Amino acid sequence: MGHYLTLLASNVIVNNFVLTRFLGLCIFFGVSKSLNASIGIGMAVTSVMTLSSMMAWLVYHFVLEPFHLTFLTTVVFVLLIASFVQLLEMIIKKYAPTLYNMWGIYLLLIATNCIVFSVPLINVQNNYSFLESTVSAVGAGLGFMLAIVLMASLREKLRLADVPKSLEGLGVAFILAGMLALAFLGFSGMIPV
Amino acid sequence: MRELWNIFKKGIIEENPIFVLALSLCPALAVTSSVINSLTMGLAVMFVITVNNCIVSITRKIVNPKVRVPVYITSVATIVTVVQLVLQAYLPALNKALGIYLALIVVFAIILARAEVFASKNKVGPSFFDGLGMGFGFLLGLLLLGTIRELLGAGTFFGIKVIGSWYNPALIMVLSPGAFILIGYIVAGFKILIKHSEKVKLERGEI
Repeated sequence: MGHYLTLLASNVIVNNFVLTRFLGLCIFFGVSKSLNASIGIGMAVTSVMTLSSMMAWLVYHFVLEPFHLTFLTTVVFVLLIASFVQLLEMIIKKYAPTLYNMWGIYLLLIATNCIVFSVPLINVQNNYSFLESTVSAVGAGLGFMLAIVLMASLREKLRLADVPKSLEGLGVAFILAGMLALAFLGFSGMIPV
Repeated sequence: MRELWNIFKKGIIEENPIFVLALSLCPALAVTSSVINSLTMGLAVMFVITVNNCIVSITRKIVNPKVRVPVYITSVATIVTVVQLVLQAYLPALNKALGIYLALIVVFAIILARAEVFASKNKVGPSFFDGLGMGFGFLLGLLLLGTIRELLGAGTFFGIKVIGSWYNPALIMVLSPGAFILIGYIVAGFKILIKHSEKVKLERGEI
């Protein structure tokens, strides 16, 4: 149990996927303009990432490895995830229209996103068991959500601030992310991974 | 010829993938802690984007528009796998340093964007130069970041010490916060540069 908690905490805080591993930056900067949207995309990323890394684990260990096709990992994973997200979108649209209205639009954004794609790859690289890779995916998702919610609340405050003209928009957002990363750097070394 | 040159050129500053379009930032920040990593990554991306543009352009009349995106993704993933295998075979150390980010080339927004916006509508020649220009802009961006980060963060260039021992390396530049802060200022710099060149053009009456 303790082992899984460590893995979870390490992915949420110490090795935060956005701020220390630089994954999922496109949506991190694109969607973090409003708090509501950032919560929505955080949920979407967490659930998609968990489901897709579970599937990727099954495919890797029951198809790719037995048939010695591991060199096809990249191709198979990207197609698997992209088609899975499309399917999920259709299912949600049909059976849960309220949910679809809430975060359906974000699903397409994350269909081919580096953060969703990277978690299964990292799991494979580290030889995680099924449960371990699920926990690590949940942790990565929660870490993403934490980072984007923090960023969105900062950017909402920033609207009232007087920013130099050339730094407006993306420039100041990057510097803000740098400050956040600096804060998260304080956690490094807390958990030996 | 001039047209091709213009297609090549626009990827470098006006539509620089990293600093202006802000696409594919993950590798731009993650692998640029040293110059050699930036160079390898930049070359790999340049190769993938150019080859993919050519393939998409050649097959643009055969592929049904309804399934075009999966086709693009498969094509990119295949080229990336080739690059991965080549690096694994001949440059294992670099392959290890780039790690997972090499596989992540597959999902770079810039590659799919060029396939969708440019290569699917143009002939092979212009698509080739578009890919080359965009890839080159990307490479230059990575090199710029890599050079500054390695110089300030370790006092070295390509692993060779260039700043004397009086300089105390600012470790933060090689770590993640330095990357974010540096790219923030470069984006601002590019904004000023583009605005300035537009003003000059306006004064000359070119627009």
